[in-house]
Amino acid sequence: MATNKPAEEPILSVKDLKIDFRTFAGPVHAIRDVSFDLKKGETLAIVGESGSGKSVTVRSIMGLLANNAHIASGQIMFHDADILKKTKRQLNAMRGNDIAMIFQDPMTSLDPTMPIGKQVAEPLRLHTNISEKKALAEAVRVLKLVGIQDAQERLKDYPHQFSGGQRQRIVIAIAIINHPQILLADEPTTALDVTIQAQIIHLLKEIQEKIDTSIIFITHDLGVVAGIADRVAVMYAGKIIEYGTVDEIFYNAQHPYTWGLLEAMPTLETNSDRLYAIPGTPPDLLDPPKGDAFAPRNPFAMQIDLEQQPPFFQVSPTHAAATWLLYPGAPKVELPPEIKRRRQIWETQFAGKEAE
Amino acid sequence: MMADDKTSKKDDREILVKVEHLVQTFNKGKKDEVKAIQDISFNIYKGETLGLVGESGSGKTTTGRSIIRLYQPTGGDVLFEGQNIARLRNGSKAMLDFRRKVQMIFQDPYASLNPRMKVKDIIAEGIDIHHLAKSNADRDNRVNALLDEVGLNKDHATRYPHEFSGGQRQRIGIARALAVEPEFIIADEPISALDVSIQAQVVNLLKDIQDKQNLTYLFIAHDLSMVKYISDRIAVMHYGRLVELASADEVYNHPLHPYTQSLLSAIPIPDPEIERKRTPIPYDASKVEDERRRRMVEVYPDHFVFAATDEVAGYKAAAVKSHLVDHPPLVGTTTD
Ligand SMILES: Nc1ncnc2c1ncn2[C@@H]1O[C@H](COP(=O)(O)OP(=O)(O)OP(=O)(O)O)[C@@H](O)[C@H]1O
Ligand SMILES: Nc1ncnc2c1ncn2[C@@H]1O[C@H](COP(=O)(O)OP(=O)(O)OP(=O)(O)O)[C@@H](O)[C@H]1O
Ligand SMILES: [Mg+2]
Ligand SMILES: [Mg+2]
Repeated sequence: MATNKPAEEPILSVKDLKIDFRTFAGPVHAIRDVSFDLKKGETLAIVGESGSGKSVTVRSIMGLLANNAHIASGQIMFHDADILKKTKRQLNAMRGNDIAMIFQDPMTSLDPTMPIGKQVAEPLRLHTNISEKKALAEAVRVLKLVGIQDAQERLKDYPHQFSGGQRQRIVIAIAIINHPQILLADEPTTALDVTIQAQIIHLLKEIQEKIDTSIIFITHDLGVVAGIADRVAVMYAGKIIEYGTVDEIFYNAQHPYTWGLLEAMPTLETNSDRLYAIPGTPPDLLDPPKGDAFAPRNPFAMQIDLEQQPPFFQVSPTHAAATWLLYPGAPKVELPPEIKRRRQIWETQFAGKEAE
Repeated sequence: MMADDKTSKKDDREILVKVEHLVQTFNKGKKDEVKAIQDISFNIYKGETLGLVGESGSGKTTTGRSIIRLYQPTGGDVLFEGQNIARLRNGSKAMLDFRRKVQMIFQDPYASLNPRMKVKDIIAEGIDIHHLAKSNADRDNRVNALLDEVGLNKDHATRYPHEFSGGQRQRIGIARALAVEPEFIIADEPISALDVSIQAQVVNLLKDIQDKQNLTYLFIAHDLSMVKYISDRIAVMHYGRLVELASADEVYNHPLHPYTQSLLSAIPIPDPEIERKRTPIPYDASKVEDERRRRMVEVYPDHFVFAATDEVAGYKAAAVKSHLVDHPPLVGTTTD
C-alpha cells in the first residue's frame, strides 16, 4: 500500500503473500498475492464476505496457520525480521507480547477451568520475570481498564460466571496486558449486541490512545468500520481489491464489489421495498478465475475482466483499486444511486482536501 | 388490559397471536431463579411482521419459545387464533394443527440441521409427520418446489448440510419451515450468523414469501437496521419486559423510552461522517425500571411506552414535540 506521509514507517509490512491449503480436492488458493502496510497507531479494517481470506491473513501474522497451510510466497516484515521465517521459539516470544490477537468467540479463547485472574496475568508471567503477586495486581489494573470494576473481588471467578460482553472484555484484557505493538481483532464484536459492541469499540479506541497500539480490525459490518477505522482494505476471493482511507472507501469507492457491499447495508433511511443483494456466489478457490474474480457477479464487467487480472490503479496517494473501470479510456458507467449519493458527499466535503 | 386494544382506528386488523400477561420464570423458588419474562402483553396481527429487539438475555428467545409452547408459561396466556394454547392436549388434533401452523427458524444454520440427513429428508420431515404428501412422487415434487422457492435447485436435494454455505443452510431451514404450509413463523435471529451480502438475500427471500403466502412473522434480532427494514411494528424488550411498542417508523424516528433511545444511539451507521459526530446515549435503568408499578400506555396513536402514571404526561409531551420536527435528527447525533 502507498503510505499516507512518506516519512511514516510502517510497523508491519505484508508483501506478496500467497497461501494455499492442501485438501483432498486439491490446493485451495486462499490468499492470492496480498500486500499491505500497517502504520504505527492506526486502525486498519479488513472487510469482505465470508471466505474471502480475512482470518487466514491475520492468522499468518500471528504464525497460527493450520497444519495443511502452505505459504507459497511472501514476507511479513515486523521490525526488520520476516515473521514467516521465525522459529517456533521466536514466534512464542512474539505472540501475546509484541503482537496479540482477539478471537471472535470469547468462550473458545478462554480456559473454562482457570480463574480469570490467572488467565489475564498469564501473558505477563510468560514474557517477564514478574512475581505472581505483582502479575495479579497488574491483571486487576487491566481488568479495570477494560471496565470490570470489581476485578479484585472477581479474580477467582471462572469464565462462565461472566456475561458474554464481560467475557469479551476479559479476552481483550489478556490481549493488551503486555502492551502489544499490534492488536489483531478478528470480528471481536460480531457475537455481541449493539450496546455492548459500542462499549467495546469505545474501549479499543481508548486503549489505542493510551498504549499507542496499531490495530487490524476484521469485520463484515461496515457500520463498525465507519466508526473505528482510519484505513480500510476490501478483500475478495483471496485478494485485496481496494484500499484507502475510511472516507475514500465510504464516499469515493471505485471497485464494483465495494459498491455492492455499501449498497447491501440497509441504512436507517432505507425505504425501498427490497434490499440490494450482490447476486451469485463467490468463486471456488480450488480453481480461481483467471481475470477479476468478481467479474461473474459484476453488472459492470467488461470482456477484459474475464480474461485478465486488473492491476491496482492509484486514485490518490492513499487510495487504489484493482478494477479495469479505472483504466484510462474505460467506458464511464452509470453509478448505482447509493454510490452516487456517497460520491456527492465526497465531492462537497472531501474532494481536493487531500491535496493540501 | 391489552395495550393494543385501546387503539381506535384499526379494529379491522385480525389478531393472530395474543400474548397476555406472560410470565416465564426459570428455576422458580431456587437460588438460581431467573425471571426471564416479567408480565408482557402484546398482539401479533395477521399478515404483519412484528420485530422483537433487545439486548442479549432480555428474553426474546424465551418469548418465542413460550409462544410455540416449548415452555409452559409460569403465568399468563398465549392465544393462537383465539385458542388458549396451554389447553391444547398433547396428541390431539388441535395440537397437531397448531404444531403445523406455527414454525420456527433458528439462529444457527449449522446446528439446526441434522448432519446425517439428506436435504430432501430434512425438508420433508414435517410433510411426513403431518402426512401432507399423497405419494412419494408428491413428496419429491413438494420438496423440489420448496427448493425452488428458496432459491436452491433440485440437485441440492440429495446432498448433506455440510456441503452448503451458511446462507444456503439458512435457506434449507426456511424451506423446512415452509414445507408444512404454516401461517405463522417465528424467526429467531435468522441472519445474525451471516455476512451482510447474504443477510440481504435471506431478508429479501423472507419478504417475498410473506407477500405470496400472507404469512405472519415474529422476527427476533439484535441487528436493528435489518429489523426496521423487515418489520411493520417493533417491540423493544429489556430485562424481560416490553418497554416500547409502535410502528417501525415510529420507533426509529420518534423513540420515547430511554432504553430504546440508548439502543438506537448504539447502532453503527455505515457513514464515517455521521459516526464521528455520534455519541452513544448511556442508559440508566434505575430511573425508569425501578420497583414502581408500570404498564404499557398509548402515549401517541399506536405508540406504547412502559410508564408509571406520573410519567405518562412527560412521554405524551415528548411524542408531540418529536412529531413537530419534519426530519428528526438521528438519535445520538449532536446537531451543530
Ligand atoms: N485449514 C483449512 N483448510 C482448507 N481450507 C481452508 C482452511 N482454512 C481456511 N480455508 C479456506 O480459506 C478461505 C479463506 O478463509 P478465511 O477463514 O480466511 O475466511 P474469512 O474471510 O475469515 O471468512 P469469515 O468471514 O467467514 O470468517 C476459505 O475459502 C476457507 O474455506
Ligand atoms: N432454560 C433456561 N433455564 C434457565 N435460565 C434460562 C433458560 N433459558 C433462558 N434463560 C435465561 O433467561 C434470560 C432470557 O434469555 P433469552 O434466551 O430469552 O434471551 P435473549 O433475549 O434471546 O438473548 P440473546 O440475544 O442472547 O439470544 C437469560 O437471563 C437467560 O440466561
Ligand atoms: Mg474469519
Ligand atoms: Mg435469543
